[in-house]
Amino acid sequence: MTKRIVVTGIGATSGIGGTAADNWTNLLAGMSGGRTLEHDWVTEMQLPVTFAAEAMVRPEEVLERPVAKRLDPSSQFALIAAMEAWEDAGSPDVDPDRLGVDFATGIGGVWTLLDAWDTLREKGPRRVMPMTVPMLMPNSAAGNLSLHFGARAFARTVASACASSTESLVNAYEHLQAGLADVVIAGGTESAIHPITIAAFSSMQALSRRNEDPVGASRPYSADRDGFVMGEGAAALILETEEHAKARGATIYAEIVGGGVTADAYHITANAPEGAARAVRLALTAAGRHADEITHVNAHATSTPVGDPNEYTALKDVIGDRVHEIPVSATKASTGHLLGGTGALEAIFTVLAVKNRVAPPTINITTQDPEIPLKVSGEPQPLGDGPQLAISNSFGFGGHNAVVAIASVDD
Amino acid sequence: MAFTNDEVLAGLAELITDETGIDASEVALEKSFTDDLDIDSISMMTIVVNAEEKFGVTIPDDEVKNLKTVGDAVTFIVSGQE
Repeated sequence: MTKRIVVTGIGATSGIGGTAADNWTNLLAGMSGGRTLEHDWVTEMQLPVTFAAEAMVRPEEVLERPVAKRLDPSSQFALIAAMEAWEDAGSPDVDPDRLGVDFATGIGGVWTLLDAWDTLREKGPRRVMPMTVPMLMPNSAAGNLSLHFGARAFARTVASACASSTESLVNAYEHLQAGLADVVIAGGTESAIHPITIAAFSSMQALSRRNEDPVGASRPYSADRDGFVMGEGAAALILETEEHAKARGATIYAEIVGGGVTADAYHITANAPEGAARAVRLALTAAGRHADEITHVNAHATSTPVGDPNEYTALKDVIGDRVHEIPVSATKASTGHLLGGTGALEAIFTVLAVKNRVAPPTINITTQDPEIPLKVSGEPQPLGDGPQLAISNSFGFGGHNAVVAIASVDD
Repeated sequence: MAFTNDEVLAGLAELITDETGIDASEVALEKSFTDDLDIDSISMMTIVVNAEEKFGVTIPDDEVKNLKTVGDAVTFIVSGQE
């Protein structure tokens, strides 16, 4: 028997806001999170890229110090987003054995690991902190959320680079369908604006070099795009069986109707349109829906020269010529790329888009790439009053593709 | 410069507050780390690492299990200074 899986709570912290509501308001207003980095290490290390979309609200402003100091920044963001989502869902009264966690990261505790490495080299092994391993492990966010909310059904982490948190949402959907839990805290996090990641992504020519224009640097679909902008933060969604949500009188934002995950087996960093298209089809099949019903797409669209047209090819393959009439949003233009946190943040934007019947703007397109004739706009686009079916796509190094399908619910 | 008993107690209280959030006024010589202050082993080791740095002493791993109370730690640190 197929269950209906609904979203009853959302929480987010990113370069354009410290809450889900602020993220949405600032996104609709066309804000960019891109800013020049003020850290000494940017100039000391002569980094070729000097900007990123750092979290607007620092975690230490939200969490008490004894809590924060036991968590890598990536887990701090995760806890902040999950606490907001949990409260937003009305702090569900749920059997702990029926509460699960599906929470992803792309990289894990890179700051903790490299700080410990510095300590080891400068001061010796005795000064390496006992909490180093539980802070740096990639399952740290999931484990700490389980601990904080008393979730005992499971606490699972996937790591599929930039597809991670969309894959976690698909997993949460499937875990709820399989009856493994009644409520799941799902999402993803990343805190990797670190000199090593900036240097490494720069070496592979993945980052925008618009150092003189951080606000305008992330420009998916613009003919003059030159790479992605590093972002950071976390996003969390409370997913729940409709039966459980209705029994407790919860407010329902939207329905997760399906999900699809595929692998390219093509190239370790470049993506293959075939694999992305297959993931969209799987999500539609799981949803029991047809491509003709899609009314909105939140694209992966990182603003790289090669990635953006590949996704267009995949969408056109599945949806056909009608793809040119569907309002598409490439919200990394505003938030930058949160890597393992990005899919969950974009899923929240998609949930709010279908609920409010509006596709958020895609800023910074000066001249739209003629090779990608999608319906994007620098202003919010109305979606119409009818029922909405949207997809949110994420693709990651390793050839990972994950797509989640989200539908409006009758109010 | 050697630290006095009072200075070590105040310094330890700072480290304990920072690690656990326990109010510094709760930290007194007769308090047991585990039974009174509810400090787990990993927090205890974090406090030990930070105390070594702060007071310039070495607290061998074998010795940590003998430090039952705050007073035990103060005595060890004060006597362990150069």
